[in-house]
Amino acid sequence: MSDVQKEYSSIREVSGPIIIVDGVEGVGYSEVVEVTLPDGTKRRGQVLEVDRDVAVIQVFEGTSGTTTEGTSVRFTGHTLKLPVSEDMLGRVFNGMGEPIDDGPDIIPDKEMDINGLPINPSAREYPREFIQTGLSAIDGMNTLVRGQKLPIFSGSGLPHNEIAAQITRQTKVLTGEEFGIVFVAMGITYGEANFFTENFRKSGALEKVVMFLNLADDPAIERIITPRVALTAAEYLAFEKDMHLLVILTDMTNYCEALREISAAREEVPGRRGYPGYMYTDLASIYERAGRIEDREGSITQMPILTMPDDDMNHPIPDLSGYITEGQIIVSRELNRKNIYPPIDVSPSLSRLMKDGIGEGLTREDHDGLQNQLFGAYAKGKEMRDLVAVVGEDALSDLDKQYLHFAEEFESNFIRQKRDEDRSIEETLDLGWKMLGMLPEEELKRIDQKYIEKYYPKEQSE
Amino acid sequence: MSIYEGDGVIEGKIVKISGPVVVAEGMKGAKMYEVVKVGDTQLIGEIIGLEEDLATMQVYEETAGLKIGEKVIATGRPLSVKLGPGLIKNIYDGVQRPLRVMKDEQGSFILRGVSVKELPEKSWEFVPRVKAGAAVEPGMVLGTVKESEVVEHRILVPPNVSGELKDIVSKGTYDIEDDIATVKTADGDVGLKMYHAWPVREPRPYVKKHPSTIPLITGQRVLDTFFPIAKGGTAGIPGGFGTGKTVTQHQLAKWADAEIVVYVGCGERGNEMTQVLKEFPELLDPRTGKPITERTVLIANTSNMPVAAREASIYTGVTIAEYFRDMGYNVALMADSTSRWAEALREISGRLEEMPGEAGFPAYLASKLSGFYERSGRVDTLANDTGSLSIIGAVSPPGGDFSEPVTQNTLRVVKVFWALDKKLKDQRHFPSINWLTSYSLYLDEIEDWWKDNVSEKWKMRRDEAMSILQEENELQEIVQLIGPDALPERQRVTLLCAQMIREDFLQQNAFHDVDSFCSENKQVAMLKSILDFYDTALKLIDAGVSVAEIREMPTVQKIGRLKYVSEKELESYIKGLTDEMYDEYDRLARSYAG
Ligand SMILES: Nc1ncnc2c1ncn2[C@@H]1O[C@H](COP(=O)(O)OP(=O)(O)OP(=O)(O)O)[C@@H](O)[C@H]1O
Ligand SMILES: [Mg+2]
Repeated sequence: MSDVQKEYSSIREVSGPIIIVDGVEGVGYSEVVEVTLPDGTKRRGQVLEVDRDVAVIQVFEGTSGTTTEGTSVRFTGHTLKLPVSEDMLGRVFNGMGEPIDDGPDIIPDKEMDINGLPINPSAREYPREFIQTGLSAIDGMNTLVRGQKLPIFSGSGLPHNEIAAQITRQTKVLTGEEFGIVFVAMGITYGEANFFTENFRKSGALEKVVMFLNLADDPAIERIITPRVALTAAEYLAFEKDMHLLVILTDMTNYCEALREISAAREEVPGRRGYPGYMYTDLASIYERAGRIEDREGSITQMPILTMPDDDMNHPIPDLSGYITEGQIIVSRELNRKNIYPPIDVSPSLSRLMKDGIGEGLTREDHDGLQNQLFGAYAKGKEMRDLVAVVGEDALSDLDKQYLHFAEEFESNFIRQKRDEDRSIEETLDLGWKMLGMLPEEELKRIDQKYIEKYYPKEQSE
Repeated sequence: MSIYEGDGVIEGKIVKISGPVVVAEGMKGAKMYEVVKVGDTQLIGEIIGLEEDLATMQVYEETAGLKIGEKVIATGRPLSVKLGPGLIKNIYDGVQRPLRVMKDEQGSFILRGVSVKELPEKSWEFVPRVKAGAAVEPGMVLGTVKESEVVEHRILVPPNVSGELKDIVSKGTYDIEDDIATVKTADGDVGLKMYHAWPVREPRPYVKKHPSTIPLITGQRVLDTFFPIAKGGTAGIPGGFGTGKTVTQHQLAKWADAEIVVYVGCGERGNEMTQVLKEFPELLDPRTGKPITERTVLIANTSNMPVAAREASIYTGVTIAEYFRDMGYNVALMADSTSRWAEALREISGRLEEMPGEAGFPAYLASKLSGFYERSGRVDTLANDTGSLSIIGAVSPPGGDFSEPVTQNTLRVVKVFWALDKKLKDQRHFPSINWLTSYSLYLDEIEDWWKDNVSEKWKMRRDEAMSILQEENELQEIVQLIGPDALPERQRVTLLCAQMIREDFLQQNAFHDVDSFCSENKQVAMLKSILDFYDTALKLIDAGVSVAEIREMPTVQKIGRLKYVSEKELESYIKGLTDEMYDEYDRLARSYAG
């Protein structure tokens, strides 16, 4: 940059995470600023708007201690960049992308703009390689593929962290390539973050993990930056260093809260429940940074976690996420109460990329029909459950009772598994057939006859 | 005089930047909707407000890094699309930049400040249709180019040029930039190329609109038989996330009997566009036998691409669609999702600090929406031909709640409402179009077409099926209270048949090779089978046969498999099914008569 970097102390206003500076010249939109407080501490921020000589700035670390007098602002002339390198693997960074472990300095290979660039839709490769998570509720019923963005919709107090941790431990593709993990914490507690670190350490995965931590007591506004910083590292590793990455983002709800805070401070017209009207676009600028690209080896698979306020799926955060992601895995309070782990409710869960990622050569020939039948039978069984609540079990026909029984068994044998139980896709599918064995063969209308002949258990267990 | 270059060059300076909205001073003389080059990197933008010497612009590229004081150049041209051969099979961003060319030139990610030619720099075999000396009317066909395996591209005189044809090239191969004709106009000679530009925000002119009397056949049973759209008609398809908007729109793009399809991916997922790019070339149009890409134009401004270009994408798409309509084609445009377009409007409006209306949308949302759907229709073209443009818009209501402004304003203008239903989706009933709340206002207009071309009884059967479903709905309430066994046998037969209509007719698997597309004949045959079975079943009940026995009739299974029977085998399958049904009837009826 040839521009002389000017320092201004003409602060007009401080409001929440926002400061307004007067009398500036030649300021760029989205430019990084360095704010120096009267006591000498430095904070970073970014230009949100410039109107002639007035700049509106959001300060990532918050504005506490900032005064209109004695504070100065320096414009750096560039947008936010992250120094990237393969050495980031195995390291821990703060929410701004600065190393916070005791490791050596990272010697950057290059610097990348944290906002990334949109992938040209015509350059994408359609994701279709099956990822085995070892969990039947996912692999069998809502299959994840490499390059997909599949969030976990959960609620407070539910074991979404355990599920995510188990997935990170077990995830593999059948072709054998390894996964790297980018773990992004936004506003979670130290305890939660530690749970993940320990999990990575125990599974010996630590050197394949890059961690970005913005914890509950870290500045909230920094959360706006954290996922972008992390995805920039992920893009570098995936698309320039050929790695396959699984990116865990938790908790997106905290991210959205930060977004709402900025919006309120700017006195923008609030959208639903006070979240800004552009939240869809903003979330898309995170979630769309996943996928596969033609002619590139690596991939980014995203698994964002969000806790639904009041378990309400219509809340703007899960709602807008659902509109962008390629399906969702729903963690159910009801199943959790029944002591079923993982309490994944397969009915409202959906993997939209499943259909192209399963079948012969990918998982197994019978997979599609089988999951369809299991789904239908489970739905029917749950219907019977509701009916029993009204009319009593005696009013049911024998067949209806079989369905009722099926639903119970499906939950406690197929869905439920141990926290260290890593089922292969074969095991999951075979278990599915064992479940169907509880129903008469004529009931299997959604499966091709040839697969029924091949896989349906011969001796029927009553 | 040239119609291919702008004239004005006004230069101003940036004074304000707020996201995609930029204000420049020193812009006196610039016009509304004029294209501007913004900043040192020459980002593309459009003027959306003028006040004294200040111009407010929306910028179609990411503005990060843009600085106060950088210059802005007004080009003198309104935001336009280039219309000519090379549109088909192309994939564009929201402001008609060809994405494949951008990929070849800059790699997998979209960079800023690039200028690329909208139409491929390519030669085409031009066959003139008129001779020098002819009177030139706006919209007249000058000649033709075989653009793809199925599309004959008719080279049109721009709607704003008329006079006398001074000269025209003879049949031969010409470059897209070659002059192919000269027209003597009142303002002097005008050279014409195989393409012309048209401002996207201005509907292309036509002579007259007609009522729609021909259905747009989609091969989707719930649409064609239950809630049909006419050629030149409009439909809205609202639904919460994952309810099936995109799959339905893709099905329409694949199977609708339009000669041209324009698919606008507006603020949605990148992978969905990739899917179209990968899948469409492999699918054959059941009518032409050629890959469906041969008739398709794609616009992809995905959710992570700049929001102002998303706003423009809808107009880019509809202008291209109108252009093919003007050639005398039946064109269908799908926009997925119009809500994302409305949100782009809202975001820009918010940056302009306009007075927000309901849910923060600007007060002009309703008029913009109706202005868009108004561009549909079956028309007499300027070239004395008939063409049509059907518009189908997906709507993504927050929380799946249809009372929100985009859904409501859409329903006010469209004639067909396909209401996607979360409950049906959760039961994996696809397409999850609710048969009780959806409607089509074209049923009466297109009834004659079905009578003349497919079946006399189309409407009658459709109405009968609807009333069975309605009755089911009422009976369900009773069942909820007392269980199904308490109903009289006749009503239980109605429930059985309603279930068959739902599962064996309305449900249609988009991903099944055979079921994905269902011809008009097959639709008629399927519904007839179910209704014939219903009549038979009611007679059996009267003869004393129980519902349990009726349910066990092999015909029930056979009807269930009907959707997977290919068109080729259909006739013999139906015959077998019908014969068997009447044999069964005789057997059962006799056993009770004795
Ligand atoms: N006709 C159909 N046949 C089979 N499956 C379908 C059909 N329609 C929808 N689905 C299923 O529903 C899923 C979601 O559909 P779709 O992507 O069209 O939803 P959408 O309404 O566009 O959602 P969003 O608003 O999030 O984009 C599909 O991935 C598919 O699994
Ligand atoms: Mg969609």
